Amino acid sequence: MSATPDTVTTPTFQLDGEEIPFQPGQTIIQAALAAGKYIPHLCFHPEFKPHGSCKLCLVKISGRPAASCTTVAQAGLSVESEIPEVQDKRRTLVQMLLVEGNHFCPSCEKSGNCMLQALGYELGVMSPHFPQIFPVRPVDASHKEILLDFNRCILCELCVRASNEVDQKNVFALAGRGISKHLIVNSESGRLADTNFSATDKAAQVCPVGVILPKRVGFAIPIGKRKFDLKPISDPGASAGCAEHAEGGA
Amino acid sequence: MDRKLKVATTSLAGCFGCHMSFLDIDERLLDLIQLIEFDRSPLTDIKHCGPCDLGIIEGGVCNAENVHVLREFRRNCKILIALGACAINGGLPAQRNQLDLRDILEEVYQTEPGLTHGGIPNDPELPLPLNKVHPIHEVVKIDYFLPGCPPPADAIWKFLTDLLAGRTPHLGHGLLHYD
Repeated sequence: MSATPDTVTTPTFQLDGEEIPFQPGQTIIQAALAAGKYIPHLCFHPEFKPHGSCKLCLVKISGRPAASCTTVAQAGLSVESEIPEVQDKRRTLVQMLLVEGNHFCPSCEKSGNCMLQALGYELGVMSPHFPQIFPVRPVDASHKEILLDFNRCILCELCVRASNEVDQKNVFALAGRGISKHLIVNSESGRLADTNFSATDKAAQVCPVGVILPKRVGFAIPIGKRKFDLKPISDPGASAGCAEHAEGGA
Repeated sequence: MDRKLKVATTSLAGCFGCHMSFLDIDERLLDLIQLIEFDRSPLTDIKHCGPCDLGIIEGGVCNAENVHVLREFRRNCKILIALGACAINGGLPAQRNQLDLRDILEEVYQTEPGLTHGGIPNDPELPLPLNKVHPIHEVVKIDYFLPGCPPPADAIWKFLTDLLAGRTPHLGHGLLHYD
């Protein structure tokens, strides 16, 4: 493009009444986050192709519900995000994720740095609302550097995507259907130790919850000083560029 | 307010940590006691619940006695509050839910080396454990939930003062915690 940005009219769409500029090809959530406007998300990661599975980034576009991570921004769109109807649905989604797994925050090293937990706070999730499923999901402590605690998996597939696309190792996959869907390790034994997985892999860094944890770290940061103790997940400092993805363990 | 509100509290499958956190409101207890009086509670040692305005439940439901106590509270209290992680999602006691209850009892009382081998206790006074530990909202209707392990004293204070003032309790950032 020969013209400078100043002389080109950047297209915009409206997000909760505010004009959001975007580059052609950007999705709604990409443009919103770039403009410092937070839209809740779990499976979206700025370094990966949109996945559209968690539906936390649900918005209403001209009255119709859509996932803002998979919807390409267009000039003149009217997008509603922080309205009670949408926030209620997001809250329900978080509650369903909480009862589907075993999310016992007090024993989790990711507590305070966990996106699911932080979204619970953000959306004011005070109760699980639904009956707990209490699924049986044994942990995999076989790897010498990394613990896998499947109890907390929300099936965002970020580790699957990172291992495939960045690490070129194909260590993780999802198996099963519906409520039986679960994360598996791609080795004959099913154990992480029998793969070429390493703690320096991208897949070890992207888990938004407490499934993939580095060993011998523990509760390194005291309560009150952890990432989301200091600022809510919707804080521009936490969401722009999705810094919450940047760290692996606690 | 014409009269003091009657409040009952109990700890089911919990550790009394939520009650300790409640006491951590410290000198604000003196303000609170102007507004409420306690009925059944570990603080009063009253054994059964009379008609109350507010029932505060710590802990989940892990045995038959917990069910009876919880139902007594529901029958007598206009408003029930689930206080803390265990009441809300089972918490620590529910970590046994992935294991078979008989296996647990046998390992603890019969097979584990170094533990006394007195056999699995079966005194009729002991309440029977349930196969799984349940959050209390799976047994009776719960009106309000206050998460935390334990909820911080400031959160309990904010929650109760909101409720006593007739407002929907609202915890902002820093007071709402699941750990």
